[in-house]
Amino acid sequence: MSPTQPRLYAVAYIAFAVVLLSTLIASPLWLGAAPLQMQFDARLAPPSASHWLGTDALGREVWARTLAGLRLSFWVGISAALLGTAIALTLAAIATLSSKLDALISLLIDTLLSVPHLILLLLIAFALGGGTQAVIIAVALTHWPSLARVLRAELLTLRHAPYVCISRSLGKSRGFILLYHLLPHVLPHCLVGALLLFPHAILHEAALTFLGVGLDPNQPAIGVLLADAMRYITAGYWWLGVFPGLGLLLLVLCIDRLAFTLRRAL
Amino acid sequence: MALDVRLTHWLAYRLLRLTLVLFCVAALAFGLVMLSPIDPVDAYLGPQMAQVSPEQRALIAERWGFESPPAVQFGHWLRQLLSGELGWSHIYNQPVSEVISQRFSRSIMLLSSAWLLSVLVGFALGVIAGAKEGSTLDRVISGYAYITASTPTFWLGIVGVLLFSVYLGWTPICCAGPPGVLSQEVSLLTRLHHLALPVATLTLLGIASITLHTRTRMIALMRSEIATHAFAQGASRIDIAWRHGIRHASLPALTLAFASLGELFGGAILIEQIFAYPGLGQATVEAGLRSDVPLLLGIALFTALFVSVGNLIADSLYHLIDPRIEQGPL
Repeated sequence: MSPTQPRLYAVAYIAFAVVLLSTLIASPLWLGAAPLQMQFDARLAPPSASHWLGTDALGREVWARTLAGLRLSFWVGISAALLGTAIALTLAAIATLSSKLDALISLLIDTLLSVPHLILLLLIAFALGGGTQAVIIAVALTHWPSLARVLRAELLTLRHAPYVCISRSLGKSRGFILLYHLLPHVLPHCLVGALLLFPHAILHEAALTFLGVGLDPNQPAIGVLLADAMRYITAGYWWLGVFPGLGLLLLVLCIDRLAFTLRRAL
Repeated sequence: MALDVRLTHWLAYRLLRLTLVLFCVAALAFGLVMLSPIDPVDAYLGPQMAQVSPEQRALIAERWGFESPPAVQFGHWLRQLLSGELGWSHIYNQPVSEVISQRFSRSIMLLSSAWLLSVLVGFALGVIAGAKEGSTLDRVISGYAYITASTPTFWLGIVGVLLFSVYLGWTPICCAGPPGVLSQEVSLLTRLHHLALPVATLTLLGIASITLHTRTRMIALMRSEIATHAFAQGASRIDIAWRHGIRHASLPALTLAFASLGELFGGAILIEQIFAYPGLGQATVEAGLRSDVPLLLGIALFTALFVSVGNLIADSLYHLIDPRIEQGPL
């Protein structure tokens, strides 16, 4: 294999993923009101040519609702991942300033990592009273520690790099070194870190919503769709449960692969 | 001898750290609950709220100490905690410690069997995939692991119920026993029958991380000098995997298994919700949805203890089994 081939593959994949994701983001333009449109003559219709993925108990198209749900998941995921990365970067940077701060932040990381994610999510969602914003904050607050740990370790080793030592002996302040030497170095890590946080964020958002403490149950979120499907599960309306989850799985896989490709390319 | 002393010191340090972390968890959980816009008195009263006069409400609030500042309340709660009193769960009308122990005794069957199975199967798959890197078998196994790592736990549960309970009718749809039968009267076989699908779902998802981790280890081993030497002596890949690989990869796998208890517990919450399995996970969701603050706090602390002890075991395993590892900060 020639050395350019993996890069070419990476670029092709990234282009493909970007096109796919932008179609998803722009979906309201071509979906219109389809996710909320009720058809009382076609309730709980199985998948067919006229109802691609079937309809739910109110005759709403499952494919349209799934797409709308994925779009919502995407936004929540991206906001939570960016917020989580920002928290991780800030705290990791602060940790390099003094050993006391470092100890404090390490303790905070250990504390957050010792509570199972879902329980911490439940607690934070409970504290903030539910809703989209609460979910974004909750997911960001539970997911930054693992990234902060990596960034902190990276920053701590960088502190002893020759160029940083030279800069320090030239009399540059800690803040200057942090801002101009250390941070630019870890920014690529942050990008990949955010992309790696993203799938976790999406899956946890869906789980939280599924349990009934996340997004508003009137929105077509994947968690809401699946919770709905649970109600009709014994009657055998399999399309209600299978497709939204499959959509979520594909979205997560797509972003996961994107992160993997980017990490290898960087 | 010197090693023993250092090990004891290390363990003492870790236990101290564990206590500190648990204290922080308690403070964090308490702080979060205090932030909540949901009024605990309203939540306690529920629909009876209309029958209670403002004076009575104030009396309840005073009786529960809601008038005092949060720091005082926290101190009070902490003192109670230290004397082993976790409070009263209003949704189950039982002491929190009793709810947790009852529920946990049911969850432990689910958790331990899923944990054990995922460790064993995950390890075996990882060894096989790593030993035959690049083969079709390896591609199938790692592809499976990548996909399950991206699968929503609860969705797999739903698909499992649809397939095995609704269509094939092999497994019961819900609960820990048949409806209308007291839990003491349920036979072991019925119990296992009810556990089969939840355990299988939880296991399928737990396998991925251990498989991928073990696979990486095995690949590293196969490229190491140990393997080159063994190849030169005429050993096959299977021989090397069997003689060196398992020893080489088992410790990291076991460590990972202990370190991933939190994730396992998170998965169990969702699985219990789907299968209506009356374990600790289901109680957690109920406590969150119906604002049972003492129970929520108790569960947060209990699971933090559970996860921290798991992490401590993971670290200790390394120190006990592999003496080359530096003995921590001391």
